Amino acid sequence: MSRFKKKGGKDTPGISTASLPDIIFMLLFFFMVTTVMRETELLVKVSSPSAKEVQKLEKKSLVSFIYVGEPVVSKLGTNTRIQLNDAFGTVDAIPEFIAKEREARDEADRKFLTTSLKVDKSTKMGIVTDIKQKLRRVGAFKINYSVTEEYDKK
Amino acid sequence: MAAKTPELNASSMADIAFLLLIFFLVTTTMDVDTGIGRKLPPPPDPSVKPPDVKDRNVMNVLVNKSDRLLINGRPGDLSTLKDDAIEFMTPHVPDDPNYPEFNEETIDLLGTIYTSKGIISLKNDRGTSYAMYIAVQDKLALAFTEMKDVLSMKKFGKKYADIDEDQKKAINEAIPTRVSEAEPEDIGNK
Repeated sequence: MSRFKKKGGKDTPGISTASLPDIIFMLLFFFMVTTVMRETELLVKVSSPSAKEVQKLEKKSLVSFIYVGEPVVSKLGTNTRIQLNDAFGTVDAIPEFIAKEREARDEADRKFLTTSLKVDKSTKMGIVTDIKQKLRRVGAFKINYSVTEEYDKK
Repeated sequence: MAAKTPELNASSMADIAFLLLIFFLVTTTMDVDTGIGRKLPPPPDPSVKPPDVKDRNVMNVLVNKSDRLLINGRPGDLSTLKDDAIEFMTPHVPDDPNYPEFNEETIDLLGTIYTSKGIISLKNDRGTSYAMYIAVQDKLALAFTEMKDVLSMKKFGKKYADIDEDQKKAINEAIPTRVSEAEPEDIGNK
């Protein structure tokens, strides 16, 4: 009879939560590692215009960025400048830049290379037209005008 | 029996880790890059003459350096550009010389349908602001999306974004996005 009786009035043991921090830490590290802030240091001020008909930029690894805007450092004046990757560039340097970007990608992926133009909204179209003409000449036809999405105010 | 060392209370550790986790979740905004995708045309071949297009088939949109619009020789406005484009691109049956010509085509899934031969030609000055250029591009894109939505609603009862690939292809064939950017010309100063 007393064979199955519980011994004494002992409390049920609490579930050990000692491993919980480890699990959470694992999640924490996962998020810390995956959210790569692939942010080249901006040398020009870019405030994107907004539009309604926008698409998401897919396959970030196949995108090369061209930034156009006023220099951040006011010492450099207020003339519109072009930034290719990490340095200031000129319109004439674009073919070389595109060639380098292509070189850095897989052979098979090269034709999917998109050029994203991050242009400040106050920029004049002249420089943008020049960039587009250069891109056309080197065969980088896929471009993407970077804009922020504008939502309907209903 | 030796006295057990009291276990360290680790239950608050989880809370601390949670706090950190939420902090990182909130602060690392994965900025999703959005943009307007376009395909540039290959450079013009000087030996090939550009095709002749009838005047009535072209809607000329000019943007000058003070961001004003000129649509087919008349001053236009950004707020009406979308409706103008839709009106221009919608086939007007019977034939109206004020609007572009149209073809009667038979397209799979859609049946016989009128397709406009209209082209929207966009030209901007070197002094046009980029914001204005994007706004115009956006309005034109919106016009085409709206026309596709209308047609797809009529034929399939769903919006363009919700129909399947074959249906999208059919709609795209019926309403091709014909926005052409004029070759830049060097006029005046920057």
